[in-house]
Amino acid sequence: MALYSEKVMDHFRNPRNVGVIENADGVGEVGNTVCGDIMKIYLKIDGDIITDVKFETFGCASAIASSSMATELIKGKPVAEAMALTNKAVAEALDGLPAHKMHCSVLAEEAIQNALNDYYEKHPDRKPS
Amino acid sequence: MMRIYADNAATTKLSPAALAAMTPYLTECFGNPSSLYGEGQRAKEAVEDARMRVARCIHAAPREITFTSGGSEADNQAILTAAAIGRKAGKRHIISDPVEHHAVLHTLKALEEEGFTVEYLPMYENGVVKAEDLDQMIRDDTCLVTVMTANNEIGTIQPVRELGAVCRMRGVLFHTDAVQAVGHVPLDVEADMIDLLSASAHKFHGPKGTGFLFTRTGIRLEPLIRGGAQERGKRAGTENVAGIVGMAKALEDAVASMDENGKKLTALRDRLIRGLSEIPHSALNGDPEKRLPSNVNFCFEGIEGESLLLYLDDHGVAASSGSACTSGSLDPSHVLLAIGRPHDVAHGSLRLSLGEDATEEEADYLIETVKEAVNYLRSFSPVWRDLQAGKRMYIL
Ligand SMILES: Cc1ncc(COP(=O)(O)O)c(C=O)c1O
Ligand code: FES
Repeated sequence: MALYSEKVMDHFRNPRNVGVIENADGVGEVGNTVCGDIMKIYLKIDGDIITDVKFETFGCASAIASSSMATELIKGKPVAEAMALTNKAVAEALDGLPAHKMHCSVLAEEAIQNALNDYYEKHPDRKPS
Repeated sequence: MMRIYADNAATTKLSPAALAAMTPYLTECFGNPSSLYGEGQRAKEAVEDARMRVARCIHAAPREITFTSGGSEADNQAILTAAAIGRKAGKRHIISDPVEHHAVLHTLKALEEEGFTVEYLPMYENGVVKAEDLDQMIRDDTCLVTVMTANNEIGTIQPVRELGAVCRMRGVLFHTDAVQAVGHVPLDVEADMIDLLSASAHKFHGPKGTGFLFTRTGIRLEPLIRGGAQERGKRAGTENVAGIVGMAKALEDAVASMDENGKKLTALRDRLIRGLSEIPHSALNGDPEKRLPSNVNFCFEGIEGESLLLYLDDHGVAASSGSACTSGSLDPSHVLLAIGRPHDVAHGSLRLSLGEDATEEEADYLIETVKEAVNYLRSFSPVWRDLQAGKRMYIL
C-alpha cells in the first residue's frame, strides 16, 4: 500500500490556494517543533465570511496536502466555522493520514487559528464576545 | 518518461548472473548442507566454494568468513564479540564515530547500558575522521575501535588503512562496517589491518538477507544465534545456500569490474555535483573526493526532503533524503547533524546513489529534474520567502 491516499497525493501534486495575499486581514504562521516544518496562512475576510485564503508550506507532502485541504474547507465559509476546523476534519477530508503524519494536519488547524487571532487583534471590534 | 533508480545505497537490483547462480540451489540442489547424502553434500560444497570466493575478494582466508543474514547481524556480532573479549580482559572502553549506521550505534548503546564506555571520534565538516585523533583517544582499557569504511548517507570514505595501523600498533581490535564499500572500492583486510569486517550482499547486486563477517584468525567469535554446528558453531541455522552462492557470484563480478565502474561512476558523480551546485543556496554534503563513486548528497535551503522525494518519484526518479519527515521517528539524519548541518538545512537533503548502468543522459535528467523540484517547492515555501526577503539569514 502506498504511504499516502490518492487524495493526499492529489493535493500534494496540485495544491489549491497556494501563494500569498498582499494586505491580508489575518496572517498565521506556525512551526512544528518535532520535525521542524513551517506553515503560513493568509486570510481575506469580508464581514463574517472568509472570502479568500492562501497558504505557503515548508514541509512534507502530508503538510502540503493538509494546508491545501484546509484552505479549501474554509474558503467562502463563516469565520466561526473556520475557527472550529479541527485537524481530524482535515485528515478525514484527505481520506486519512498515516499515524506518524497526523501532526502535519495539526499545523493546518493551528495556522488557521493563528491567522484568525491575528485578524481579531487587528479588528478587536469584530471579536465575538 | 524516464525512470531512474538512484537509490543504490539503499539496495541494488540482483544481477542476472547472481540469479542464475542461485537458481539451482532453490530448485534441484535443495539439500541441507548438514546432511550426509549426495544432495546435502552438493549444497555444502556450494557453500564452501562460495566461502573461498568471498574470502579471495577481500584477501582473507576462507575460514575467516562467517555467513550471516546481512550487514546488521554482522555488525552486531563483530561488536559483541570484541566486547566479550574485552570483558574477559577487564577492558570496557570502545571508540567509534558519530556517523555510523544504527546497526553499530544501537549495539554500542546496548553495551553502554551494560557498563561499557563508548567514546566517539571528533567529526569534521567533510565527514572524515582522523587517525591522529584515534591515536590520542585509545586507552589501556580500549577493547575495540569500530569505524565504517564508507558512509551510507554522504558516501565519505574513511582512512581505514591508517586507522587499522593505529589499532595494530596499539593492540586494539579494529572492526569496520564495510557494507557500502565492499564490491565498490578496493579493500584488503591484510594491507588495511582490519580484524573484523561486515558486508551485505544486497548492496552489490546480490540477494537481500545475506551477508558475511570477516573475523581474523585467532579471534573467537561470539555466537548470536545458537543451536547448531553450522558456520563452525558461530552462527546456527540452516544456511541460506542460494543466497550465499548468489552473494559470492555478485561479489566476484563487482570486484572484477570495480576499476572500470569506479572510473565511470566517478565521472557521472562529479557531473551531477557540478550540475546541482548551480542551484543557489545548496551545498554538497561530505568530502568531494574521499567519496564513494556512486554517492551524491546535497542540502537545499528552504525546502523539505520528503516532498522533494515525492516530487521526484512523480517525475521518474527514486532517491532518498535525511529529512526528519522521511523517518518514522521524525528525527533528522544523525549523519548530517554530526557534520554540522543545522536541522533546518538537514531538512532539505537529497541522496542520489547511482547504479553502474547509469548514463550521462540520466545524470543530466537528474540535474534538470532536481532543479525543477527545488524551484517548485521553494515557490511556496515560507522559509524561502523569508530568506529572500532578508528576514532570515542564509546558512548555505
Ligand atoms: C553502512 C551500513 N551498515 C549496515 C547496513 C545494514 O545492512 P543489512 O540491510 O544487510 O542488514 C547498511 C544498509 O542498510 C548500511 O548501509
Ligand atoms: S510536517 Fe514534518 S512530517 Fe509532516
